[in-house]
Amino acid sequence: MNQQAFKSRSELRAWTDNAVTALSILATVVVIIPLLAIFGYLIYKGASSLNLAFFTQIPKPVGESGGGMANAIVGSAILLLEASAIGIPIGIGGGVFLAEFGRGTKLANAIRFTADVLNGVPSIVMGIAIYSLIVVPQHHFSGFAGGVALGIMMIPTVSRTTEEMLLMVPHAVREAALGLGVPNWRSVLSITLKTASPGIITGCMLAFARVAGETAPLLFTALGNSFWSTSLNQPMAALPLQIFVFAISPYDDWHRLAWAGALVLILLITLAVSLVRYVTSRGVLKGAS
Amino acid sequence: MKEPVPEIRIAQPPIQREPALTADSTAGRAGAGESVSPIRQYLLSRGSSTMADRIFRYLMVLCALSTFAIVLLILWQLVLRSELSWHKFGFSFFYDVFRDPDTHATLYWDPVNARFSALPFIYGTLVSSILSLLIAVPLGLGLAIFLTEMCPGVLRGPLAFLTELLAAIPSIIYGLWAVFVLVPLVREYVNPVLVRVLGWTGFFSDDNPTGLGFVSAGVILAIMILPIISSLTREVMSAVPHSQREAVLALGATRWEMIRMGVLRNARIGIVGAVILGLGRALGETMAVTMVIGNTPEIHRSLLSNGATMASVIANEFTEAVGEIHLSALIEIALALFIVTIIVNIIAQLLVWAVTRGTPSQAH
Repeated sequence: MNQQAFKSRSELRAWTDNAVTALSILATVVVIIPLLAIFGYLIYKGASSLNLAFFTQIPKPVGESGGGMANAIVGSAILLLEASAIGIPIGIGGGVFLAEFGRGTKLANAIRFTADVLNGVPSIVMGIAIYSLIVVPQHHFSGFAGGVALGIMMIPTVSRTTEEMLLMVPHAVREAALGLGVPNWRSVLSITLKTASPGIITGCMLAFARVAGETAPLLFTALGNSFWSTSLNQPMAALPLQIFVFAISPYDDWHRLAWAGALVLILLITLAVSLVRYVTSRGVLKGAS
Repeated sequence: MKEPVPEIRIAQPPIQREPALTADSTAGRAGAGESVSPIRQYLLSRGSSTMADRIFRYLMVLCALSTFAIVLLILWQLVLRSELSWHKFGFSFFYDVFRDPDTHATLYWDPVNARFSALPFIYGTLVSSILSLLIAVPLGLGLAIFLTEMCPGVLRGPLAFLTELLAAIPSIIYGLWAVFVLVPLVREYVNPVLVRVLGWTGFFSDDNPTGLGFVSAGVILAIMILPIISSLTREVMSAVPHSQREAVLALGATRWEMIRMGVLRNARIGIVGAVILGLGRALGETMAVTMVIGNTPEIHRSLLSNGATMASVIANEFTEAVGEIHLSALIEIALALFIVTIIVNIIAQLLVWAVTRGTPSQAH
């Protein structure tokens, strides 16, 4: 290779290198833009439509202006409580098995794999399955069915994060407990789980935040309700469902409510997550290691 | 070489997903690691609490087995409720085309005469997912490369956090934003440009003035699956040992050559896995797509036309289904969607695990 060719070749290489760097930076900027656009628009549109009535009234019929989503906020809270009551204990139990009892066994690997795959199952399929399992035999839509659908969706996420957090607890902690004569179940509940609790709580909150915005599984289970209803046996309103109904409606007034609802949904998720994080970060054994 | 000499680091083994704590692999741990197992076993087998321990253990196993139970439950219920449609249409459910008796127009989904074919929804799902991958894969790869290999340390944390934040936004909010911001943008600016520049291909014809359709659906899906693709790609890229990068740099490679030969080549299986996982998410995404795709069960050549996906037709028609057979047909679509996403996710998980679990690149 002569000098000239070598020079142009290394110039080409340097040029390619710079081009790729520029493209990567461009890609990053392009990704950040929609994020800022969504949040900016949400705050701009949502904040201008928020008022006290939004939190205290139920939706008004078409034609009347005003109204709010009080029933949907309460409905969402009830549904999420039920979902957490189902999903979190079972999920943590599954995580305990994966980390404490099943380590390295074929069964644990299969369960871990299934949990990861289950995570990718579309939520609408989950909704249909619960519809056919609970709504069809009961002959009516109900908040209960909606809560079950959301709870089931929490299990894989909670299991996997619990497992990962438990794996970070050093063995010495477990052995110290066992050495003092503490039975194994007690050591798992009061020592290992407690040591890992900050991480586990974060995992639970992630799962919670994820199902809090889920709409598809509620379409055929909780169905939505434009009136006050706190009975788990009746169709129940939920914030995401109400946003959906309002967003696809042709009325400007309802569109405004949809934006306000979306902003409230995001704020409530953030608030719930940070509140639980704050409360539990005090008076809890801080992470091991 | 223009690059500054990289700081010399001691090659680290890749991050192991499972810390080496299992009984047979304690060799990886320092010092007392070896003697752990027998002592624990002795302690566990002793004392009066073995009964309580056993019950506790069974309870935990039960919780863990619920994962299997859920999958089987979904499968069982979907098969049960879609039997009617399966018996009536058989396999032709997935490819049939009907003719309207009067106008002889092509029909796929005909609730009035109780004739159903999933073909337009399969087409719509494939087209919108592929479109979203075409947008999201280059962006996600670029983002991952920037964050792992080029980004200054100060920016890395905040940028990574921001992109992960995209994953935390509920699908309904994406849909809301898409309906009121993205669709008008597509209608006013994107579609006219596409028609003018690429109209000659026949894939972009100017017969849909709404802005709804595959382009809008593809863009919003791309935004939604970007965080999955980029975060997993970052994970597999940082699992590539530093020694690989250093070896390539030492041979005089530029940074891009180092990324291409040292990093991407080693991580390629995992990256393919990340892309397939993104595909799985795109296939099943419901709310945002339902709100922007237009929901017409037809097949057109133009990408600017309205369409419907498997998930969107379920969300759209399920509560208003007329008659048993309509409901059954919708559930059969759900069953097909379930099986397809399960398969796609299994493939993706296996590929990602192949890279992040073991230490493939250290073998040579």
